[in-house]
Amino acid sequence: MQAQIRRVAWGLVAAFLIVFAQLNYVQIFAAEDIASNDSNIRSLLAEYAIKRGDIETLDFETVARSRKTQDRFQYLRAYPGGELYGHITGYYSLIYGSDRIESTYSEQLLGESGVISMQDIQDSFLSSGERGDDVRLTVHSQLQQVAAEALGGQEGSVVALDPSSGEVRAMYSNPTYDPGPLSTHDTEKIRAYRQSLQPNSPDSPLLSKATSRSFPPGSTFKVVTTAAALESGRFTPTSSFPDPEALDLPLTDNTLTNFTNTSCTGTGSIDLFTALVQSCDTTFAILGLRLPEELRRTAGALGFNEPLPFDVGTAASTFPDVPDDQEPLRAFAGIGQGDVAATPLQMALVAATVANGGQVPRPQLVREVRDASGSVIEQQRSAPLGRAFSAATAQELTRMMTSVVAEGTGTAAQIDGVEVAGKTGTAQTVEGAAPHAWFICFAPASNPRIAVAVLVENGGELGSEATGGAVAAPVAKAVIEADRRIRQW
Amino acid sequence: MMQASARRSSELSLLILALILGVGALALVVLARDADILATAAPLMVTLIAAYAAAHIGIRKLAPSSDHLLLPLTALLNGLGLAAVYRLDPSDYGPTQVTWTVVGVVVFIATLVVVRDYRVLARYKYILGFTGILLLLLPATPLGTEINGARLWLRVGSFSFQPGELAKICLVIFFAAYLAERKELLAFASRRIWRIHFPDIKHFGPLLVMWILSLAVMFFEKDLGSSLLFFSIFLVMLYIATARIAYMLVGLLVFAAGAYVGYVTFSHVQLRVAVWLDVFNPKLISDEGYQLAQSLFALATGGLFGTGLGQGRPDLIPAAHTDFVFAVIGEELGLLGTAAVVVCFMFLVGRGLRIALGARSDFGQLLAAGLIVSFGVQTIIILAGVIRLLPLTGITLPFMSYGGSSLLSNFVLMALLARVSHQNASEPDPALTGEILIGGRR
Repeated sequence: MQAQIRRVAWGLVAAFLIVFAQLNYVQIFAAEDIASNDSNIRSLLAEYAIKRGDIETLDFETVARSRKTQDRFQYLRAYPGGELYGHITGYYSLIYGSDRIESTYSEQLLGESGVISMQDIQDSFLSSGERGDDVRLTVHSQLQQVAAEALGGQEGSVVALDPSSGEVRAMYSNPTYDPGPLSTHDTEKIRAYRQSLQPNSPDSPLLSKATSRSFPPGSTFKVVTTAAALESGRFTPTSSFPDPEALDLPLTDNTLTNFTNTSCTGTGSIDLFTALVQSCDTTFAILGLRLPEELRRTAGALGFNEPLPFDVGTAASTFPDVPDDQEPLRAFAGIGQGDVAATPLQMALVAATVANGGQVPRPQLVREVRDASGSVIEQQRSAPLGRAFSAATAQELTRMMTSVVAEGTGTAAQIDGVEVAGKTGTAQTVEGAAPHAWFICFAPASNPRIAVAVLVENGGELGSEATGGAVAAPVAKAVIEADRRIRQW
Repeated sequence: MMQASARRSSELSLLILALILGVGALALVVLARDADILATAAPLMVTLIAAYAAAHIGIRKLAPSSDHLLLPLTALLNGLGLAAVYRLDPSDYGPTQVTWTVVGVVVFIATLVVVRDYRVLARYKYILGFTGILLLLLPATPLGTEINGARLWLRVGSFSFQPGELAKICLVIFFAAYLAERKELLAFASRRIWRIHFPDIKHFGPLLVMWILSLAVMFFEKDLGSSLLFFSIFLVMLYIATARIAYMLVGLLVFAAGAYVGYVTFSHVQLRVAVWLDVFNPKLISDEGYQLAQSLFALATGGLFGTGLGQGRPDLIPAAHTDFVFAVIGEELGLLGTAAVVVCFMFLVGRGLRIALGARSDFGQLLAAGLIVSFGVQTIIILAGVIRLLPLTGITLPFMSYGGSSLLSNFVLMALLARVSHQNASEPDPALTGEILIGGRR
């Protein structure tokens, strides 16, 4: 019997070795594959066991915070900022992950970045009580509030930024959403709320139109065209252009007419300065045809054709490279129509660049990251994106834009005691739809403190009667006045 | 051969080492969870140490020449299992498991007291065999309760018991005695069917009884694992007794046929197999496959070193404290921990088989081999289920899973092995003295 017992022993050893081999497979070789399965919620639970840091405004109003709960996800994300900050904070969802600041600053909010403090060492011994770092935005709560109120029920976006630092002071897009319901621990509720937001529609409130969708900028783009013209050295504000009732387009029998369907001055010619103040389409169409390369270069230097570097995701604004055989499209590009499209953030940056003497500021949404004790552990200070045009060009543009508000299409943005520089835009969209009303501006013209871009989609309250000057300029004016009041300049 | 006293002091030092590991693991669990519960955990640690001290003294008095590795290995597995169970539920399962350990040690000592000579057991083989069958079939009666699709439990009031665990030991004793008596008759082939020689049908009775019994377990209690366990214990013992590999092959074929019928008949068994084959299938992973998937996630998350005791999330595995306690070890102690546990089980099985080899009688050899094979096969079946080598079946991991019946039966099993081992070393070798001992020849 001993021989049989020995054989049984070998059989059992073999079985144990097979178990050991499979253990190696499960715990080492296939471990990453197995553990990364979506049904393994371990990493999610570990993340939710950390008290995520707050997100607060420049003036220390908390817009996102974590509260202790009794369920298995130990902290619940709450958004005191609600809808007003939905497109800035983003959400923090069990099912859909995170978005916006919650996503890009996730490491900091979880306290996984920066230097290891005594607190971290203590935390690692007692697995409870971990706390992430706080993110302080550049957005001012009062200005954000005013931007939303000024826009009212109209669909559109407002972006206000400090032209020298690029810090965003207000960024609002309507319609918006409340990140709270998306961040609950009730998966049914999360799904139902998200479904109500039509997540797959391009008009979904989940999408910030301020950064994530581009629109034809219309006449506000003439600031860029003018900049390219002045930079080329071939034109000055006094350069004279023909002023036809309709501009014959090359290669076709079509013509391009002005907004009013008449010539701009009635004298047969118009200078560049007057053309911008009156927003004369034919003049800029001519420039579009004559300076395609320069225009594309200037637009690119301002940030077109690539997503802007920013603290949250952005869509690229576009300026087309029109081939010679489609030359007429260059005329439309010169007036910000055709294939030109820009996000409101991009257009705010155009205004800010003029205000900043031609240097393109790098837009930013976060001022600093601070640990639980309040000391700053990460400071956002970034170099400008580059120079788009010379200081002299910026100065000329400022002069011209000041006249737009003083005596041109943008008079609705006039403020007592403050010189505002701006440009209106009334952009054609699809046939039959009301135009988008734009206004970009900065103030005060001599020592700019704030640059604003306003887009009111499809004419807002005025519908097809809308112009940038009538609908968008008053919104920008309200924002400038509020900033002046808040910062007392 | 080591002297009895040398064996015992070696046992003591190894036992101290095992208890340091076990109690240390428990302490780490307590610290990781909540240092405040140290006050409630400390008495448990003291109790655990006292229980094994008592077991050690019991062996010194009652079986001083027995194998010195049985108790330390038991203590190590028990201690690690306890830490894992305590980690999952410090308020209920943890303390209860300590209580069961104390009861287990009492039963261990009592078994050594009652069974002064293991050969006496052979006299009660029919009573034990009958008891075994009764225990095995009891859950199939209205007294039984179905838990997780398998009907393996007896419930009396709030107290539930898995009689299969004890039945296993009774049946091993019966078969050891039966086979020791008739191994020549069984090995002698009087009939030839095709190329295989079969003994007389009347000697083959137990094989048929066992086959019917394991099928009954499968059909009435719906548990493929226990069925496989009982059948393989018997086949291995038959093989040891007769040296006829053909019996084993025929037995396996017959079992496979039965298993196939079970598979076709029970949706429960089909699901287990479906989960085994495709656990990460999105259709299975959140329902039928949830438990196994969570087990694999735990093991995979553990990796080589594990998350550290008390640092993982093994509480996500349903019923982690019983069938899946090994996955808890895998998550928090990693491959190093699981490998250590597997090695401990291998050592225990190895010691058991050594005891079988050293037994002075056929009955002793078959008894020790049967006991340790049942222990080893049970371990392999549940480990293989937890790591997805075999379809999952609801049997416990000896000494580690939460549960009184399992713990008590395995303490009885260890006591019997210790008894055989003691008699191997303390009695004169009949081959040397020419004396023929009761119960069989070598």
